Amino acid sequence: MQSSSRHPAGSPHTKPRRGGDFGSYGRGLPALSIATVVVITVTLALVFFYAPLEAEQGFLQKIFYVHVPLAIIALCGFVLGGVFGAVHLRTRDSRWDMRSYVAIHMSLIFAVAALITGSIWAKGSWGHWWVWSEPTLVSFLIVFLLYATYQPLRFAIEDPERQARYASVFAITAGAFVPMNFIAVRLSTAYLHPRVLGSTSNLPPRMAFTFLMSLFGMALLFATLCKYELTAKHARAQLRALRRQADARAGAHSSAGWAGGAQRRRPRSAAPTQLPATRMSARAAGRPGS
Amino acid sequence: MSAGTDVPVSAGTEARSRGERRAPPSSSVRPDPPGLAATVAALLRKELLVELRTLESVPGMSLFAVTTFVVFHFALNRNSVEGDLASGILWVTLLFAAILGVNRLFVADAEEGGFDGFLLAPVDRSAMFVSKALALLAYLVVLELVAVPAFSLLLLGPSLGQALPGLLAVLALGDIGVAVIGTLVAALAVRTRARDLLGALLALPLLVPVVIGGARATAPLFSLTHATGPAVRWLLTLGLYDLVFGLIAFALFDFLLED
Repeated sequence: MQSSSRHPAGSPHTKPRRGGDFGSYGRGLPALSIATVVVITVTLALVFFYAPLEAEQGFLQKIFYVHVPLAIIALCGFVLGGVFGAVHLRTRDSRWDMRSYVAIHMSLIFAVAALITGSIWAKGSWGHWWVWSEPTLVSFLIVFLLYATYQPLRFAIEDPERQARYASVFAITAGAFVPMNFIAVRLSTAYLHPRVLGSTSNLPPRMAFTFLMSLFGMALLFATLCKYELTAKHARAQLRALRRQADARAGAHSSAGWAGGAQRRRPRSAAPTQLPATRMSARAAGRPGS
Repeated sequence: MSAGTDVPVSAGTEARSRGERRAPPSSSVRPDPPGLAATVAALLRKELLVELRTLESVPGMSLFAVTTFVVFHFALNRNSVEGDLASGILWVTLLFAAILGVNRLFVADAEEGGFDGFLLAPVDRSAMFVSKALALLAYLVVLELVAVPAFSLLLLGPSLGQALPGLLAVLALGDIGVAVIGTLVAALAVRTRARDLLGALLALPLLVPVVIGGARATAPLFSLTHATGPAVRWLLTLGLYDLVFGLIAFALFDFLLED
């Protein structure tokens, strides 16, 4: 996936500039995207033509190959966001905060999809859109509600540095909350439904293979989307820095003072896309005659 | 906000009482800073003193709880409740009353410079977390001293007497969890725009396991037959939750203070 070193400009975003430590975001993105498309296509073919029909639920059970990987990847993404947050707090490198943000953002989107597919599955097999006796679904909703406050918390803080720190603290706490919450909710629910589809151990081999493939495909999709978002944020930050540099050169201001002042004047500087912009513009300002 | 006059005064008293042990800033030789326990004790004393003088949190929380019981009476159209309905009403009321206290917990420090004063002192920063959590725990205990008898008087069908020992154990474990999470969430939310909203939004999902454990453990205590005590697995769940989040909050709290 990372093998596109033959094309140094793997993505057009990174071509015009050597972005220093930010330059590697777009590399490998085309290869990763193609791999994702191929794996997901193969998986869909497996789901519809290779995996056997389930005896009780019939065709409806196919949603299992979408819903469960979505949920697993979303939960892993949440925990991963917490790990990245911990690395950010240790290293104070704002790139880790950005990764944490992107992981949680993508996981939120996956979580919405998992909730919707889970609801459809519940309606199809149990006749209700929402089933309180299914602990996984309920815990998932609680986790989702918690992470839904991540962005409101983040964007309610003005100072970018403090914003990154507080978001990391939230990400770690919430990441630890995910397993705790699953324990508590599972304890609270009697096992009304036999969990035949809960693990791969009691699946027939063809189903298990299809499930693992779809899990792999979903993980690739998650990685690709995260990479796209990181690259886009990076490109936007670079563009902003370049524009600022050009403005500074056009105006007769000293560029350092201007960049600092612009950062302070903007109320929307709370967005995490601005973090590298601050660093980039500072670096750009410090580089003479480039 | 009546806290405005009192907080700097009490903080000043604190600084003066420690003043003789602190070297002047120009001196290069520093005496040992006070230990964690001494700092926590001093900060906790300050918290309780401020609360006693301003009466900002606890009376409001208690009044809220009692009013909520009245609201439940009319909303459910029931003169008495028992079993899991009773336990649910008690826990929801206590949780929402606690969130009122959580939202007020750091407001005086953020607005009146309490954070700055604390950060200037040569003490362990974790002391602030421990003292705030203990203060919130004390508020919750006082709240329950009012709310539980009021609940028993107004709504509860079965008598409280037999249930009391079990209830005390469950409430103690639940309070620790609420205090730990409440302190962390209050510190996260206090320096944001719309902090009252964010405090509640963050605290509620994080406290769902406490409500599950607390309400499930309390339900058999309030049953008409007094069949059993609280199930051990719920007490264990609450204890595990308190331990895990106590450690996490203790470890992470420092990062919220750095500026």
